[in-house]
Amino acid sequence: MSSHYESSYREPLVLGNKSYHDITEDIAKPIEGKANKNWYIAFYISLAAMLWGFGCIFYTVGTGIGVWGLNKNIGWAWDITNFVWWVGIGHAGTLISAVLLLFRQKWRMAINRSAEAMTIFAVFQAGLFPIIHMGRPWNGYWVLPIPNQFGSLWVNFNSPLLWDVFAISTYLSVSLVFWWTGLLPDFAMIRDRAVKPFQKKIYALLSFGWSGRAKDWQRFEEVSLVLAGLATPLVLSVHTIVSMDFATSINPGWHSTIFPPYFVAGAIFSGFAMVQTLLGIMRKVTNMEEYITRLHVEYMNIVIILTGGIVAVAYASEFFIAWYTGSPYENYTYMSVGAATGPYGWAFWSLILFNIAIPQLLWFKKLRRSFIVSFLISIAINIGMWFERFDIIAIVLSKGHLPSTWWRFEPTFVDVGIFVGTIGFFFVLFLLYARTFPVIAQAEVKTILKSSGENFKKLREENNEH
Amino acid sequence: MSTNKVIHALYNDDDILMDAVKKVKDAHHHIEEVFCPFPVHGLDKAMGLAPTRLAITAFFYGITGLSVAVWLTWYTMIADWPQDIGGKPNFSWATNMPAFVPILFELTVFFAAHLMVITFYMRSRLWPFKDAENPDPRTTDDHFLMEIPVHGNEDELKALLETTGAVEINVVDKH
Repeated sequence: MSSHYESSYREPLVLGNKSYHDITEDIAKPIEGKANKNWYIAFYISLAAMLWGFGCIFYTVGTGIGVWGLNKNIGWAWDITNFVWWVGIGHAGTLISAVLLLFRQKWRMAINRSAEAMTIFAVFQAGLFPIIHMGRPWNGYWVLPIPNQFGSLWVNFNSPLLWDVFAISTYLSVSLVFWWTGLLPDFAMIRDRAVKPFQKKIYALLSFGWSGRAKDWQRFEEVSLVLAGLATPLVLSVHTIVSMDFATSINPGWHSTIFPPYFVAGAIFSGFAMVQTLLGIMRKVTNMEEYITRLHVEYMNIVIILTGGIVAVAYASEFFIAWYTGSPYENYTYMSVGAATGPYGWAFWSLILFNIAIPQLLWFKKLRRSFIVSFLISIAINIGMWFERFDIIAIVLSKGHLPSTWWRFEPTFVDVGIFVGTIGFFFVLFLLYARTFPVIAQAEVKTILKSSGENFKKLREENNEH
Repeated sequence: MSTNKVIHALYNDDDILMDAVKKVKDAHHHIEEVFCPFPVHGLDKAMGLAPTRLAITAFFYGITGLSVAVWLTWYTMIADWPQDIGGKPNFSWATNMPAFVPILFELTVFFAAHLMVITFYMRSRLWPFKDAENPDPRTTDDHFLMEIPVHGNEDELKALLETTGAVEINVVDKH
């Protein structure tokens, strides 16, 4: 028992009187049981939204980008807003599994699986937007450096848009591999207890024949550690490079050297908010209340306060610098008096309210330990972070250098439809995942049961082992 | 008497398993394999397994990725079709290098991560349609299984394992 010592002052991470077998049972239950009515309702709503979005995508591709609300000055609006929003959401998963692994944070184990699933599904949605915006998505392979029919014309490696292609595809594929490697032992667990032959076949296929030899585990742990070390700078690089799409341009409001760190902080902020939203529902639906506890929610809220604080300071410095330059062009950047009082004032103030004001409630311990308050605040942050990207893109582009180029952006039903469609697609994937995948990394949770399980902590206390 | 006989000793606790492994090793028996439902820290050392070299392979894969990226950016941007983009001509790789840093980094990570994982899958024999080889389905749930080859010392081994807290001891023919 001594090798599993952990101070009794630390709150337990696994509640209840659990044994290793109980963990197996709890994680396998949602997969082996039948879905309830609420799951079907949620699934069909998401499916309808997804199909609507696909319809809008077909309409866009069939007719042309003209069906969107873009115009000659605002050539980027909802599509890139949604792209950056989804990529940002996709930051929490790998951050939780990689950075928190390097810091040896045990609380990551209950949430990393779902957070990574969320990451992968969110990056899928993000990837859709640049591809649709090409207008001719069948030429999408032109972004790859392959010899082509134009002679030896190559892609432009000086362009931040191409850096994005490499960053996002590396991030998606590495996250997927990291996720799947962690899933192998858990799929094997489902496989070995499956009674239906078809189910057994499927999970045998998914588990790649994982047998759990001592050597396999030794390699597994080494691979996880090295992947975490590789994925940590990778996570930070992705949104850094996304921010360079803006920062390397010459538009006032975009040409900003603080964009990379500020975008990364914003991405983690929104990613954790989305994890909070999803897990707030999932812990109830799949009965994981004893694994995803108040303590997990509080820890995530602390990350949200920190990264939200970084974002707030970035807004403040952008606002100050825009004013301090005295340049009239800077007065129309997304963080300026001009933006706050102009036609997009409502978007500016939504950003301030949802992203800066509301998250401050998390300073109160009582509120950040409340499930319902955390859930509501996380939704506010999701909205706020969408407005951040909308403001940066649409407000900046709506006021060009010449007053004759001052235009406004009005989304069409197609813009809205595609966005709603990606939300539907995301939830369709997540709901299917929650029914068929082990939603908690049970093999990892078993390793911390003796040190951080409630019953083992009590046992140590009774034996006076402090 | 078959030489392919092995003893399967099952345990239901990681600490008891660790003590058992040490005891069996002290008695100079060869442990063929231990199947676990989760990683048990220190088990590889106790069993006398050599450390894995996967991290070293990742380093070399990363170097490979970096070299590929250097070659790719140099060949496409400088050698094959140099262009003057935005008033920034492509004279030499060294002067253009700062613009290639994101690509150099991403390809390094891409190669290191994927090739390391592929190496892991190959070395541990993990791929789709591969049949699982754990002898007892309980070893992915809450049981630990120690496999010891028998060389005519079946009774002696059994007696030793009884003292280590095994919950089940089976002698099986391995094919």
